[in-house]
Amino acid sequence: MNIYVLMKKTFDTEEKIQINGGKIDTDGAEFIINPYDEYAIEEAIKVRDEHGGEVTVVTIGDEDSESQLRTALAMGADKAVLINTEDDIEEGDQVTTTRILEAYFEDKEVDLILAGNVAIDEASGQVGPRLAAKLDIPYVTTITSLEIDGDTVKIDKDVEGDVEKVETSLPLLVTCQQGLNEPRYPSLPGIMKAKKKPLEELEIDDLDLDEDDVEAATKTVEVFLPPEKEAGKVLEGETDEQVKELISLLKTEAKVL
Amino acid sequence: MGKYLVISEVRDGELRNVSFENIAAARQIDENSEVVAAVLGEGDLESLGQELIQYGADRAVVVQHENLKNYTSDGYVQAAMAVIEQEDPDGIVMGHTSEGKDLSPRIASKLDSGLISDVTQIEGSGDDVQFVRPIYSGKAFEKKVITNGKTFITIRPNNIAPLEKDDSRSGDVQKVEVDVQNLRTVIKEVIRKASEGVDLSEANIIVAGGRGVKSAEGFDPLYELADALGGAVGASRGAADAGYCDYSLQIGQTGKVVTPDLYIAVGISGAIQHLAGMSNSKVIVAINKDPEANIFNVADYGIVGDLFEVVPALTEEIKALKG
Repeated sequence: MNIYVLMKKTFDTEEKIQINGGKIDTDGAEFIINPYDEYAIEEAIKVRDEHGGEVTVVTIGDEDSESQLRTALAMGADKAVLINTEDDIEEGDQVTTTRILEAYFEDKEVDLILAGNVAIDEASGQVGPRLAAKLDIPYVTTITSLEIDGDTVKIDKDVEGDVEKVETSLPLLVTCQQGLNEPRYPSLPGIMKAKKKPLEELEIDDLDLDEDDVEAATKTVEVFLPPEKEAGKVLEGETDEQVKELISLLKTEAKVL
Repeated sequence: MGKYLVISEVRDGELRNVSFENIAAARQIDENSEVVAAVLGEGDLESLGQELIQYGADRAVVVQHENLKNYTSDGYVQAAMAVIEQEDPDGIVMGHTSEGKDLSPRIASKLDSGLISDVTQIEGSGDDVQFVRPIYSGKAFEKKVITNGKTFITIRPNNIAPLEKDDSRSGDVQKVEVDVQNLRTVIKEVIRKASEGVDLSEANIIVAGGRGVKSAEGFDPLYELADALGGAVGASRGAADAGYCDYSLQIGQTGKVVTPDLYIAVGISGAIQHLAGMSNSKVIVAINKDPEANIFNVADYGIVGDLFEVVPALTEEIKALKG
């Protein structure tokens, strides 16, 4: 089975966000695999172990993205592909990303593509469904269970807390939701092996694309931080006094009751 | 004059609130535009079309087909594209809900258009319109503009107030015939697990529990408080990881990002990942026995104490207040 994972690196969830020169300051920030993409990598490895085949992890990024790709290889993926857009693309959006991935997948035989349901930085959740539409394969978003039997695929899909039992078929694209699995940590032998696994680096030119082909349809004009919240009022007294005061404040001062 | 198409959402035979917010958003983008509301589903949807007109749409189009009983991307994209082809709107607005998140990128891909997802605020209007959306789970915000093609956005529920309902408004509700076929995904069954009543992403009031709640049973007083307030129950990752509640309740950088009017954090320490998911709530109340807990730094009001005493006392007071 030809299994692909779409991966993105993101800020570590511990990071505070700072703005420098109108942009998010990435200097010195720790990057990790987008947490939802970790579910995708884990699930891809499990599917391969059960049904055979090969897991290829694909990312669009810069030369530093190699670190997250090596982690994915250490977890157990077989091959990695870095589409390095550092020199070619100033500002892209989901149209850009989808166009690049569409070009990458053009000559590939695909059985299953897995992605995170959203990246925790830009959080649009668009690229998976957009790509599936371009490749003309079905997709199911926010999955919490995946079972493959021949060409038939049984899926649990999270719909705002409810579960839909979905049946569909391969080839297929899915986006992964928390609860799907427990991503493994790379083992030491895994890390050693990962160093020798193939990591292919491409630029958009290799995909017969130029800058104009991948032009964004949206543009970010400003980035800003939310107003700093001031610490509030800690209420004094016995429980019943505190509770009465809280209700009174919520009614008269905050006006939310 | 521009034309905006708002794609509504139906659940259990009723329009979800975000459908009305879509209309308000379209009006905000372009006051003078014609707003056409689309309803896709099964059964007789014409009365829902009328309701959307009462909430400010100029007219409505409905697509009714048995294959639209459950939402599927394959079915709904056929219905939506038929409406888009008929109307050729300058812009499209949908809710950033489970359905909207699933369908909007596919429509955008078909139209080769941009899409600004999860908009919480619209600034300016007409040609100068800018869309504000949270990034890094609300740790920062960005303003975006469309540079090419249709103005296509999804809006986060509960952020853009709907227009007031005007029962005297009326307009044309047109049926669009679409033969919805070839569904490649089939919904076999829907298992309702979400708490009855108020949906977490649309709730005006949220009572959320953390590790301090100590057990699944420990959530019971939180449910009672949420019921009394007409709100929903949420949780921190700590509580979900410990198995006290379902992951679908999780609020934070992984999980849901919420912005209710009132957020009551119960036994939640306030890790940065949790704060990312809730710190843009309008009013935050923290109840925690540890006075040093980080959650107090973002709370408007704090009570240091035992949640198992404070929460039931609060529930009683709220019940007394509401009579």
